[in-house]
Amino acid sequence: MEGMLAERQDQVHRTGEQPFTLVCNKDSLAGAVSQRACVFCGSRVVLYPIADALHLVHGPIGCAVYTWDIRGSLSSGSELFRLSFSTDLQEIDVIFGGEKKLYRALIELIDRHSPKAAFIYSTCIVGIIGDDLEAVCRQVESEKGIPVIPVMSEGFKGNKRAGYTAACNAMARLIGTGDTAGISPYSINILGDFNLAGEIWIIREYFERMGVEVVANITGDGRVDDLKRAHGAALNVVQCSGSTMDLAKIMEEKYNIPSIRVSYFGVDDMAQSLYDVANHFGDKEMLEKTKKIVQEELTRIMPQLERYKKALAGKKAAIYVGGSFKAFSLVKAFRLLDMRVVMVGSQTGTEQEYRELAEITDPGTIIVDDTNPLELSSFLEEKEVDILVGGVKERPIAYKLGVAFCDHNHERKEALAGFQGMLNFAKEVYSSVMSPVWRIKK
Amino acid sequence: MSKKAPNYISTTNACKLCTPLGACLAFKGIEGAVPYLHGSQGCATYMRRYIISHYNEPIDIASSSLSEKNAVYGGGPNLKLGLVNVTQKYQPKLIGIATTCLTETIGDDVARYLNEFMRETEGTMPIMVRVSTPSYNGTHMEGFHAAITSVVDQLAEGGEAVAGNINLLPGFISPADKRYLSEILDDFGLESTILPDLSDTMDGPAGTSYQEIQPGGTPIASITTMGRASATIEFGRTIGEKSGGAVLANKHGVKRIVLGTPIGIAETDALFDTLSSVSGNPVPLKHTMERGRLLDSYIDCHKYIFGKKAIIYGEEDLVVGLAAFLAEIGIVPVLCASGGKSGKLAAAIRDVTGEILAEQPQVFEGMDFFDISEMAEGLAPDLLVGHSKGYPLARKMTIPLIRVGFPIHDRMGGQRILHLGYRGTQALFDQVVNAVLAKKQDDSSVGYSYM
Repeated sequence: MEGMLAERQDQVHRTGEQPFTLVCNKDSLAGAVSQRACVFCGSRVVLYPIADALHLVHGPIGCAVYTWDIRGSLSSGSELFRLSFSTDLQEIDVIFGGEKKLYRALIELIDRHSPKAAFIYSTCIVGIIGDDLEAVCRQVESEKGIPVIPVMSEGFKGNKRAGYTAACNAMARLIGTGDTAGISPYSINILGDFNLAGEIWIIREYFERMGVEVVANITGDGRVDDLKRAHGAALNVVQCSGSTMDLAKIMEEKYNIPSIRVSYFGVDDMAQSLYDVANHFGDKEMLEKTKKIVQEELTRIMPQLERYKKALAGKKAAIYVGGSFKAFSLVKAFRLLDMRVVMVGSQTGTEQEYRELAEITDPGTIIVDDTNPLELSSFLEEKEVDILVGGVKERPIAYKLGVAFCDHNHERKEALAGFQGMLNFAKEVYSSVMSPVWRIKK
Repeated sequence: MSKKAPNYISTTNACKLCTPLGACLAFKGIEGAVPYLHGSQGCATYMRRYIISHYNEPIDIASSSLSEKNAVYGGGPNLKLGLVNVTQKYQPKLIGIATTCLTETIGDDVARYLNEFMRETEGTMPIMVRVSTPSYNGTHMEGFHAAITSVVDQLAEGGEAVAGNINLLPGFISPADKRYLSEILDDFGLESTILPDLSDTMDGPAGTSYQEIQPGGTPIASITTMGRASATIEFGRTIGEKSGGAVLANKHGVKRIVLGTPIGIAETDALFDTLSSVSGNPVPLKHTMERGRLLDSYIDCHKYIFGKKAIIYGEEDLVVGLAAFLAEIGIVPVLCASGGKSGKLAAAIRDVTGEILAEQPQVFEGMDFFDISEMAEGLAPDLLVGHSKGYPLARKMTIPLIRVGFPIHDRMGGQRILHLGYRGTQALFDQVVNAVLAKKQDDSSVGYSYM
């Protein structure tokens, strides 16, 4: 791309134009206006939906206030997770240390809310001033009798992926502390679904119809007690592999629980996810039930999809999402709508994932890691894109260019997972692409 | 006044944002400027997301994207690399560099880095304005004002005063407010520099291409002349003595006039009187007519709102302006709360409401929404006035929320809310009255279609 910063050029690949090479998982380039956030962000988004835990951000106010109620994660009970708690460190705390304030804040909040557990997030300056989070957490845990777990999420110590790892390490401390009596041999944990707009409820219902017991939601509509006994499940079913695969690995090593990677976006991947679980258990009856679910759901949604497909066929789509697992499903979902994906990128994809994306996309498709507004806008213009899929930060870029937009980020309020989710997705895309506003002359 | 000040250790649902966010917004209102955060990558991204959700406009905030290694060895090299990259990609006229808690805590000497950098690059770089904004010190408003102070301190030049030329430092106002203020100043025949100016940069028209930097903002050439203006008008009864206006007065002898945020007739009259006196022109008929219509509507509606109780929250100077307005229409502000801590809020509210209110409202600084909600239970308010983050409380109490200020995250058009002057007050007034009427109508078992 013309005018692209030299240091950024090896983070872009065009399918089919040369042998695959793409550099990723590196620190964002200074001054490039990355769309990425930080380690803290990675931890915060993963743990956020654990509804009955106290989530206390230890740091100055910004980190807490920018993550207040930002996910579309729903809870079937406790709403505690939607509150934004902070130690709101002041200059004096930075000079003399924030441990005392953290201790007192924790005691105050635990007394006030009686949470099932507390997660304490470390932020940039906590890493610099050297507060001993472990020690404070240990003390409060012994006084209050609930798990009090530090999350080592200092913003500058890596990128968002490092934050996922910190979140998984924190959850690993809860898992294994609960009673696993009575759990079915046909049981799973759902990892990497965050119950945006109730998505995990859609997925759980499929599993229940198959006769599979869900032990813990990790973390959508999550509960501390469920996490504690998650080691009693027979299988970990991992979506959004970037965010929770670390936890699945820890559980495999520690508790010998195997895992499979799935995606609930798009009909192919959704159906495959259910079949993979059924096949894992090798139960004939379960497999029959699964076939029935898939058949029923497809029969229901396919005719409705046809209407959207007719209007959208041939339109061009660009995808820029947080983790690249979702990009695979989106590529397939757009194919189902007879649309063409011409650009696909993510903030935190791995080389392997990008390589696979290059394999499944059409020649000329732009594959990009950790892009920025100027690159993104030039890609949209070059490819004459009809719709961009992304998050809030990408939305005004699309709109300023007169390009339609579909929010597929963690703030969304529309359920896009499951069979119904595919229909909702088509409707979302249709509602933006087909709006008459694009016809008005600028 | 008040009973007991809330005294919790923890903060729940803060009623403030962090200092660098305010600095970024101030810089964004300067022609050709790119805000730049010297810190880790997350800060810039989080603030962009927060700001975009209000304005629905792009805002590119660059970052030094510091890593662990940089935090140990110092962020200087990344700062310089970032500035080079921003310059290459955006070709800005100005880069506004704000620090963050990380770089303040590791002790990065940004002034020294920039001096070195300017020497190394031999004047080929854009103008660099720096401001120190550790987020553990103050709120977004301190960051906003500090950035404005830095801009005038570093760019305004002295010289012979130009008659009929004034500076207006309005604080953090909406693009719609800025457009209206420009119109007023034009109508008085005044040449002016309004700093900052987000009216085009954060409320631009639909385009056909993505602009590296949105057109608009206060022209830099105009900022350099601010030391020669005949007066500086600053809005904000709680702003301190380190304001942009104070710098212009101390360094260049520009007369400083501090007014309250002009919401309501009394505070707006003060603005128009001042403009009349600095311009030597009477208030233009258009504006006296607007004032007349506003007062007419006050009279038409006074009974429907008399004695209603309101809780006001948000930035201190906005709260003061809103208190002045609500008090003069017969609504009783029962609690005025801010996350800011100027130490001046209670006195400022007494100054604008003392003659009207029999009893001063409870006024608290350093409040969060836990404190506000807790106090609200005993106050039985009829409405809330503030930004979107008060919605959970309004929902819990089933009372209307009049959305003003920043952020407006749960409605469209936050950037087009007009708050100031006779016209902005008219818009707010109609909204307040109609919210009260709608509530009464909705709650009524009869449901009349006329009043």
